[in-house]
Amino acid sequence: MNGLLGVYLQQWKISLAETFQYRAAMAIWLIGHVLEPLLYLVVWSAVAGANGGRVGGMGRGDFAAYFIALLLVNHVTYTWIMWEMEHRIRHGALSFALLKPLHPVHADIAANLASKLITFPVILLAAGALALLFKPAFHPSSWSVLAFLPSLLLAFLLRFALEWVLALAAFWTTRIGAVNQAYFVTALFFSGQIAPLALLPSPMAFLSKILPFRWTAGFPVDLLLGRLDPHEALHGFLAQGAWILGILLVARVLWRAALRRYSAVGS
Amino acid sequence: MRILRLLAIHLRLALSGALAYRADFLIHLFESLLEFGTGLGGLALVFSHTQTLGGWSAPEVVALTGVFFIVGGAVRFAVQPAMESLIESVRDGTLDFTLVKPVDSQVLVGLKRFEIWKLVDVLMGLAVLAVALWKLGAAVGLGDALRFAVALAAGGAIVYSFWLMLATLSFWFVRVENILVIFQSLYEAGRWPVNLYPGWLRFLLTFLVPVAFATTVPAEALSGRIGWEKILLSLGVAAGMLVLSRLFWKIGSRHYSGASA
Repeated sequence: MNGLLGVYLQQWKISLAETFQYRAAMAIWLIGHVLEPLLYLVVWSAVAGANGGRVGGMGRGDFAAYFIALLLVNHVTYTWIMWEMEHRIRHGALSFALLKPLHPVHADIAANLASKLITFPVILLAAGALALLFKPAFHPSSWSVLAFLPSLLLAFLLRFALEWVLALAAFWTTRIGAVNQAYFVTALFFSGQIAPLALLPSPMAFLSKILPFRWTAGFPVDLLLGRLDPHEALHGFLAQGAWILGILLVARVLWRAALRRYSAVGS
Repeated sequence: MRILRLLAIHLRLALSGALAYRADFLIHLFESLLEFGTGLGGLALVFSHTQTLGGWSAPEVVALTGVFFIVGGAVRFAVQPAMESLIESVRDGTLDFTLVKPVDSQVLVGLKRFEIWKLVDVLMGLAVLAVALWKLGAAVGLGDALRFAVALAAGGAIVYSFWLMLATLSFWFVRVENILVIFQSLYEAGRWPVNLYPGWLRFLLTFLVPVAFATTVPAEALSGRIGWEKILLSLGVAAGMLVLSRLFWKIGSRHYSGASA
């Protein structure tokens, strides 16, 4: 256990150094991160404005609170593992990772967290600026704020596991762009990125309950904003846990199959 | 005339290159369909809760989506690949071969590379625009159509000049790929009418990163909500940007030191 902790700390240092090396790239990249929720915030505010101030029980302030919270949650949970994995496989860099006596997923998690340690304060500032500009209506209950943190952690684990499994597709196909895009589009609608899930038409709302995406974004956001009752919160935690377990099982099987397919450059 | 012949040659080259990878066409078609499904699905979701968005009706916003994809597709087809290839050739010094040719180097750089399959986006954008026009029906007059065509051409010129200026920065800073990403992420804002946005963002999208001239203004022209004065403004900005980017290119290319020099 101590050994694993040491590995994480070391990986952390490497990632910190790497992230600092590309500061400008990061700053530019953050624009895109802030812009997407900002666009939907503006659009849904306009919709509320055009309909007497409320849509689906939400006013302008509620939309502002929703999308600002979403910006933060999304930033904590997002990964770039599918591009990383594709690059690794195509260039044979995975061979080095495989030689190490530790599953490569640990290095991935550590790198992800390390990079966010640097970017999160920036996102927090951006969220603060958006809060000043759009005046969110933020009145959560105390228990739901407490419950938010574990739900965020589970959302991170779930999304990481899900996208790590998705990244394994690179072992079978080089057309990884199309696979990723299909995933992003589905997640956009069913995770609550494009609109609060309560606004989806009923067949889609039903699907959002079956699919895993809601538990990676919409659920923690709703929890933070105090829009769920304790029963719904409990249901959400169970769903997050069940999805994580299920995906970990799939990941185990797929990883073994993937390694059998892997043939490095020069071997 | 010479330029047109050069254009034809480069396009033919790009086409034969693309035809070698025909499966890419299907992949790109799939990605493009997803892109359109997302855009139109988002619109359907928004308009299931409202009749108008910032004073725009549903068919008007669909027309805007069409314009968004036409301009975005044209950029990905011609402008972006050419500018990326320019940045690469500044870095590795192969721009030498372009500069010594007896053709204007800015023109030659612009013809360097085409991503043929990205034309799918332009075609689908046209299809979406056609559907929107059919829905708008008689509301679009001949004057509107004319203003739309002029506004679209001006918007295209503005976007091209903007990209050229960004790419020209590579003569000083060499690694500028990331700066190009700024345009790509901010272009997303062009999906929606810019009058929805708060003042500071509208200013940014109009004058700093000129997305509004390429998307909102042509769509506004089509739905007849602007007259010739705004079109003239758009034309003026286009002319100014073209001259400015030309100057910038002239100064920048004098800074180029080559690989072997």
